[in-house]
Amino acid sequence: MVEFFQYVINGISLGSIYALIAIGYTMVFGVLQLINFAHGDVYMLGAFVGYYSAKWFHFTDKPSLTNLILVLIFAMVMCASVGYIIERFAYRPLRKAPRINLLITAVGVSLLLEFSGQLIFGSDPKFFPELYIPQTDLSIGEIKINPLQVIVLIISLILMGFLQYIVFRTRVGRAMRAVSFNHDLASLMGIPTNKVISLTFMLGSALAGAGGVLVGIIYPRIEPMMGVMPGLKAFVAAVLGGIGNIAGAVVGALTLGMAETFLVGYWASTYRDALAFALLIFILLVKPTGLFGTNRTEKV
Amino acid sequence: MKQSFFYGLVLTSIMSLSLIGCTKKNAGTTGAETQSSDDSILVGEVGSLTGPEATFGISTNKGIKLAFKEINDAGGINGKKLELITLDDQGKPEEAATAVTKLITQNKVSAILGEVASGRSLAMAPISQQNKVPMITPSSTNPKVTAVGDYIFRVCFIDPFQGTVMAKFAHDTLKAKKVAVLRDVKNDYSVGLADFFIETYKKLGGEIILDKSYSAGDIDFKSQLTAIRAKHPDAIFVPGYYTDVGLIARQARELGIKAPLLGGDGWDSPKLQEIGGKAVNGSYFSNHYSAEDKSPHVQSFIARFKAMNNEIPDGLAAMGYDAAMVLAASMKSAKSLSGPDIKEAIAAVRNYQGVTGNISIDADRNAIKSAVVLKVENGAFKYQTTINP
Repeated sequence: MVEFFQYVINGISLGSIYALIAIGYTMVFGVLQLINFAHGDVYMLGAFVGYYSAKWFHFTDKPSLTNLILVLIFAMVMCASVGYIIERFAYRPLRKAPRINLLITAVGVSLLLEFSGQLIFGSDPKFFPELYIPQTDLSIGEIKINPLQVIVLIISLILMGFLQYIVFRTRVGRAMRAVSFNHDLASLMGIPTNKVISLTFMLGSALAGAGGVLVGIIYPRIEPMMGVMPGLKAFVAAVLGGIGNIAGAVVGALTLGMAETFLVGYWASTYRDALAFALLIFILLVKPTGLFGTNRTEKV
Repeated sequence: MKQSFFYGLVLTSIMSLSLIGCTKKNAGTTGAETQSSDDSILVGEVGSLTGPEATFGISTNKGIKLAFKEINDAGGINGKKLELITLDDQGKPEEAATAVTKLITQNKVSAILGEVASGRSLAMAPISQQNKVPMITPSSTNPKVTAVGDYIFRVCFIDPFQGTVMAKFAHDTLKAKKVAVLRDVKNDYSVGLADFFIETYKKLGGEIILDKSYSAGDIDFKSQLTAIRAKHPDAIFVPGYYTDVGLIARQARELGIKAPLLGGDGWDSPKLQEIGGKAVNGSYFSNHYSAEDKSPHVQSFIARFKAMNNEIPDGLAAMGYDAAMVLAASMKSAKSLSGPDIKEAIAAVRNYQGVTGNISIDADRNAIKSAVVLKVENGAFKYQTTINP
């Protein structure tokens, strides 16, 4: 029984990381109907921005929660800028092009980021500095809870709540939903669609950047290819929850995190990645709209 | 209709993405494109100078460079200077194969040194064998490597022995009754070493309570470790490479596992402690040599290495040095510098006094040597014991 609860805790911790990345996927898809494959690599950039900024500010000498939050904000700002640049120069010129062109460009941007990362950062794994070392012990008997995991979960929840607020309670959010509903109609209503799309990209990228730093804290080994697998898994999570649906992405990510943990714990780790993609194929076959997705009627 | 077409597209693109991931750019060249001239002998080296196991390649390269410098300063091979061409394989088997092909067909090297990782040596060996260019791997311990053919040699011990060493150490010295195994399924070295460990440990009367696996590059090992924790092992055998082991150690301690971790020579890197931190303290691994060895022969090597690189050589640097020295000695005694003649000379090496012990090449082209067990302690690898074959 102890193992079962430990697996649940491990699963939530893994799932909350997938969730941060999956939200970005789902937001961009909601607004643009584009699978932004470069998203996982923005997450990698977030981890590296965190790594270098922590060194730059000399935060490694005296770890504290303030340092962690400063690095987090810095990484989010940098990733938002990267997100803006990607959208402005790679995707916006193709706005009127067929969807497949955008998809191929997304794969191209992804590869560009990965291999530029190898060139600039080097391909050997780096050790992410310990920004914050909590002293409290949250264990319940045999069930061990790493305080860092709790902090990561709390930060993730705050960010998700903030996002939910922006999308559903602000003018900008209403504009985003309008653009997502219909581009042309939204622009006829006087909504600056290009600006709204850029903003969506920046928000999604900032979340991915935060995910990079948070992963660096719990699993302190970062490398330029680290975004590939989590990126694909977050995509699976987004599809599982119903792509385009923010709450769905969170549920999908937590489900995937748990499923993986239980599979590896009770069976074999070899099937860990296979599980995620088998799940993807299964969902696409059985319920392509995902758990919470609504069926959009396409107007031709 | 459009919807399903779109999802089909997504699937296709994911598949193609994983394909693209397999065919990356060509190996980077660090050596000049030189042809063998009359007064120099070209030797090719393939190593992971970048990539996940970068310290393996870098250390080995430093050892080989020191050996070549000493040989050349002492007059070279019968008046000819040794020249090294090093290619980086980024830690990928397919790049290692490309690199060795390039060294043999374009640079026309006389011999090959490398790789450290057994998986990459296995990718290189058939190419060397086919072209009849002798290859010496400094530290690939998987038995399959030299079984490829009569041109492939090694100057280190093999995994059946390394597995025995740790099994004996766990059973006799640590008095461990129950051991769990956590192996890297993507890695020939790790899978082989785990099998040999289990075989010997069971023969000694120990019990393997759980055999779990992970894939190199994973960052979350908590599920496997939680399953292992439930069985309360006395020790955990983790024959992986240092990057993964560091994270595994951390997560094991987070889960409250106090049992020591045991491993093989794949742990040997200064990065192990950088990634693992305090969590790797009190763990043990088998290695080729210890920098704490007091014999003058070893201490003199360490002093010379330090003078050149300003750091204490790890086991892989020492193996690189020995491999290069054995190759040079064989070239000196060979009838000519043709592939078959060098091969005969390497096969005839007996009782060569290397830094990592006496090297004698046996009928299977392996070296029979003793191994040491080291303990990780606050930033240092402390010598524990020597185990003879």
